[in-house]
Amino acid sequence: MSAEATARGAGWSGLPERQRRVIQFGIALLFALIYPFLDGPLLAPLFGGSTMGIMIPVLLYTLLALGLNIVVGYAGLLDLGYAAFFAIGAYTTAFLTSPQSPLPFRTDFWVALMASWLVAATFGVILGAPTLRLRGDYLAIVTLAFGEIVPRVFLNLEQWTGGARGMNPIGRPELFGYEVGLFPVHIGSLVLGAQVPWYYLIVAVGIVSIWAITRLHDSRLGRAWIAMREDEVAAASMGINLVQTKLLAFAMGASFSGFAGAIFASIFQFIDPFQFEFSISIMVLAMVILGGIGNIWGVLAGGIVLGVFDRGVSAQLSAWLRSIGSTLGIPVLATIDLSQSRLLIFGLALVILMVWRPEGLFPSARRRAELHQDETEVAAHGGLA
Amino acid sequence: MHDAEILVQVLILGLANGALFALIALGYTLVYGIIELINFAHGEVYMIGTFTALTVVLQFGLTRNSPPPLLILALALALIAATVVCALLNAGIERLAYRRLRNAPRLAPLITAIGFSFILMNIGLYWYGASQVRFPDLLPSVDILRDWLHLNTAIAFTVKDLFVLLLTVPLLVGLNLFVSRTRLGKAMRATAQDREAAALMGIDINLTIGLTFLIGGALAGSAGFISGLYNNSAWFQQGFRGGLMAFTAAVLGGIGNLTGAVLGGLIIGVISALSDFYLDPRWTQPVVFGILVIIMVFRPSGLLGEQVPEKV
Repeated sequence: MSAEATARGAGWSGLPERQRRVIQFGIALLFALIYPFLDGPLLAPLFGGSTMGIMIPVLLYTLLALGLNIVVGYAGLLDLGYAAFFAIGAYTTAFLTSPQSPLPFRTDFWVALMASWLVAATFGVILGAPTLRLRGDYLAIVTLAFGEIVPRVFLNLEQWTGGARGMNPIGRPELFGYEVGLFPVHIGSLVLGAQVPWYYLIVAVGIVSIWAITRLHDSRLGRAWIAMREDEVAAASMGINLVQTKLLAFAMGASFSGFAGAIFASIFQFIDPFQFEFSISIMVLAMVILGGIGNIWGVLAGGIVLGVFDRGVSAQLSAWLRSIGSTLGIPVLATIDLSQSRLLIFGLALVILMVWRPEGLFPSARRRAELHQDETEVAAHGGLA
Repeated sequence: MHDAEILVQVLILGLANGALFALIALGYTLVYGIIELINFAHGEVYMIGTFTALTVVLQFGLTRNSPPPLLILALALALIAATVVCALLNAGIERLAYRRLRNAPRLAPLITAIGFSFILMNIGLYWYGASQVRFPDLLPSVDILRDWLHLNTAIAFTVKDLFVLLLTVPLLVGLNLFVSRTRLGKAMRATAQDREAAALMGIDINLTIGLTFLIGGALAGSAGFISGLYNNSAWFQQGFRGGLMAFTAAVLGGIGNLTGAVLGGLIIGVISALSDFYLDPRWTQPVVFGILVIIMVFRPSGLLGEQVPEKV
């Protein structure tokens, strides 16, 4: 690791951690801000239309992955039912803003957004509490159980949630007197799609989340999470309150999915319990692990790579292969149809990526060091034999 | 029907389904016990078992009125095919992917297993399409209590229910004997306890782990065969629900514990049947998982799991 770092030259790695972070953040931010302008001329031809419809859900799931990373990556608690909090966030917003809501009052979207954040965090504590005594995979199965129970409850409480019919419409946020998502945006002669304001809203929430999560990671609480992940007994004997630390991990992790849920409900204007099934929890977990668990930039990259692959590439793959086939004159490729093979492609991608890079695409430095240490330990044992 | 008779009827249904869950749960628990991996692809292996059996059965063009020797031959072939295909499939996945990841971070094999579960699901989708397929009803619909024993009761205990128990119980007993009495079983237990120490004692770790996957796959295959005949349906998504229930059963009993997996399977089967009948099928899943959570809170390592003192 250190040899590799020196080989790359003192320029980048010689910078202090803080400056490196600021530069990384700046580049990511710049790209995120100009993306809607690149979308039309550069990407639309490749994907047969605006990619906003792909990017918005992808970014929302990435936001979920950032929250799950707190629970799984920082605190080391394997959560297989994270979609439950996403559902709770979305239904909170629907209850507060939809005309179908059973509540006697309505609120503004912005109030609902904060309420969703708070309600999701509260449920993080409520659903986290029974798992406090559990370790490892028992914890995973209990979180999985909650992930199955919550959407079922929303499905079955038809009198309040509309059951399988779902809830629609849902309140939209108002910005500068305009309702977001209804009209295209005109900047001079340039026309951006109606979805672009949504994009910027998600990017803004994402930036605030990333800032908050990095601050959390570097705080006393963040260090307590990592200590707990590495060794619970040692952490407890150093004076870390395990109950409080675990519950805060669940609450903080859940709160970010509250944001994502609120925005999700408002963008798509329709929610039903089937949008929050186990497969969503699995997808988000795959994003976290694939990107590089514990490393916020890795998770961000993993979320975008996996999401774009799932929503964009695998849908367009047959079209691309067909056009390659017809230009090169390969008849097999020219008639290929992969529309029935979405799961297969996604599954293969997961397997190949994991076998190729088990530590994820961008592992955190600490995890890379851990893996290395494991190898030397095994070697030492081999030497004894 | 009296209340008591209804209860007995519901229990019969629950136990038959529970026996099926137990067979699948054993595959989870065997694999978890030996390499601490939640093998998410296991439910899909069970689905492939049902599909293989269905393909064989359809080859013979059987109905319930086919001549009994042909019927028995075809069913035996279907059982063998499903068992062999699933055993090889499960062991093949281990050889291809999990073995390479044995020293990787703990969650990497988990995601790989999820990847394989998607791949197998898609293969199922190619095989019989997206909608549920009928599995021919081949077992005689004779009621044992009324038609054979001439009892005057409203309780139905058919040949079908008997068939599930007749196939499941010997498999469970045989597996327990294998693990507790044979040399290979001993090797499996040793590997589960401490892989490195077992290797130092001359146990072939790769062979033992491969064998565990082979056995788990074979059990899933036979469960797939039985499920097809008992439930008369095959669906590419049956592995997901069945697998989830079975995995819950394995954890409920104490994961890594064979008796626990069987007990967990039966409990989940009975609870589901009771909730289906007395409450509402719509609430069955929340009830099952709710009870799981409650048991976990009071017995954090499952019903029969060892309460391991914390290692420092």
